[in-house]
Amino acid sequence: MTTTMTVAPSEPDVEPEHRELEPRVGLTTGIRQSFTLAWRTVVQVRHNPWELGDFSIQPIMFVLMFTFMFGGAIAGDWQSYLTYMLPGMIVMNMLFVTLYVGQGLNTDLTKGVFDRLRSLPIARWSPLAGRILADQVKQAWSIVLVLAVGMILGFRLGNGVTGLLGAVALLLVFALAFSWVSVVVGLIAKDPERVQIYGMTVLFPVTFVSNVFVPVDTLPDWLQTVVDANPVSTIADAVRSLLLTNPDGAAIGQTLVAAAVIVAVFAPLSVLVFKRRL
Amino acid sequence: MPSDPSDLAIKAEGLVKHFGETTALDGVDLAVPTGTVLGVLGPNGAGKTTAVRILGTLLKPDAGHATVGGYDVLRQAHQVRQLIGLTGQYAAVDEKLTGAENLLLIGRLLGLSRAESKQRARQLLADFSLTNAGNRATETYSGGMRRRLDLAASLVGRPRMLYLDEPTTGLDPRARAELWALIRSLVERGVTVLLTTQYLEEADELADEIAVIDKGRVIANGSPEQLKATTGTQLLAVRPQDPAMLGTVVSVVGELARTAPDVDGQLVTAPLSDPAVLPTVVRRLDDAGVVVTELTLRKSSLDEVFLSLTGEPAEHDDAQYAEGIPA
Repeated sequence: MTTTMTVAPSEPDVEPEHRELEPRVGLTTGIRQSFTLAWRTVVQVRHNPWELGDFSIQPIMFVLMFTFMFGGAIAGDWQSYLTYMLPGMIVMNMLFVTLYVGQGLNTDLTKGVFDRLRSLPIARWSPLAGRILADQVKQAWSIVLVLAVGMILGFRLGNGVTGLLGAVALLLVFALAFSWVSVVVGLIAKDPERVQIYGMTVLFPVTFVSNVFVPVDTLPDWLQTVVDANPVSTIADAVRSLLLTNPDGAAIGQTLVAAAVIVAVFAPLSVLVFKRRL
Repeated sequence: MPSDPSDLAIKAEGLVKHFGETTALDGVDLAVPTGTVLGVLGPNGAGKTTAVRILGTLLKPDAGHATVGGYDVLRQAHQVRQLIGLTGQYAAVDEKLTGAENLLLIGRLLGLSRAESKQRARQLLADFSLTNAGNRATETYSGGMRRRLDLAASLVGRPRMLYLDEPTTGLDPRARAELWALIRSLVERGVTVLLTTQYLEEADELADEIAVIDKGRVIANGSPEQLKATTGTQLLAVRPQDPAMLGTVVSVVGELARTAPDVDGQLVTAPLSDPAVLPTVVRRLDDAGVVVTELTLRKSSLDEVFLSLTGEPAEHDDAQYAEGIPA
């Protein structure tokens, strides 16, 4: 790349001296800034549509593998297994997709983009909010994707559109809360690859030691206790009830409580970890 | 509106910052008059970046006080952020976005309309010779192009104060010269610049005042000329063929350099602030019948500035050890 330097900026780059300075950022301005930052992530996908493919192929593969490999063995036939397993699969996939928040955040931190953003007169929380917001777009996409694959294979909604919307809303709320876990992982990890490794190490046991793939009554007693206590089982129950039968108020309530607890623990924790990283 | 009576754009007093056991800053004072360039010169790990990060509101000092444009960096950080542009050691641009999108993003964040942001991005890309690369993802950019884009990004908001943290580290000489030209044109437009560098030459080229910083302390202050005068910019080294002539060489060199020379074995060295003295040195040695096996005059490197200021060598990785330096 040859560059002939015809530098001198053609227009003064300096603002007239005594510009009125804003004392703080208003809430609506902060929200607008968060959306601008979320736009960044959307543009990245537009530049590189394969990125969308990257996180689409794995869930499709999982649905197909679990349905046809384990369906017959666990439920007698793959059709009934699909009905049982798909809501839990959506939950598992939602948890995995939250890892993108931590990964993106870590990339910004290691590349210095986060410093640049923090040196701008924008709301303190908007870089993070922008990340999480953009992640919700990926979440919505992956929920629709897993559901669509399931429906092609014969999964049927038992509660119509209302149940579906309820399930999606609940998933997004939980994803929003769980993103804080991802933020903490993203702040701790040295590089983006490690976010993925740490995240998988936590998420695989948490999702498999739940009622997502197998009915609880086949497990030894002690394991049943663990599985019942796992919030992933609770949210899987809630989503299952919303998609298939009558909404299970207790499970939905517990899911929202779990989400609140996660935020209450991990949001302050992330602030703490962030300060230590500086 | 607060205004600084002494017209200092940036003022830091007694900045202290610890990271665990390490003391990054140990009481640093800096003062940058409006419209001037302060070069903060020091080796890796001297605390330069820490100072910039504190003045850029990215880091809180453990002790001390700093104002930018009269605003306190801690209590009025948001106002300070409206005044400054920050260009870090590494080019902080989003690699997945194009150059134009990176600038557009910042324009939008600063509250410019979509049209204004686009216009500003276009203009900055043109000013920084990046128009042709504007629609390419920045991950395809060369090091020099990234630095230019990074600098452009810090100028979107038309800052009054610009912090350049080692803007040319790792660049080849040509890209470095290009960036220097850019920085000079900004200074001409009245931007106050805080520049950190580990290159004496860079500070010399760009700065009105230099603060030499080592181990978290400012160890020397002054204009490049003053600094050179106190540290000696050139190093004269003479080695006589006949060891018996050592005394004569020491007295000649000592007289002309106006300082007591260092003697290491047969090698006599002394800092020279005026290189025009060299022919006189040669003539006087010739008159005295001294035959020399070695006679060199070199620019003193940052290492020697440090050596003369601190009495110990600077620890930095691109040591510019030329030939003929006493061990």
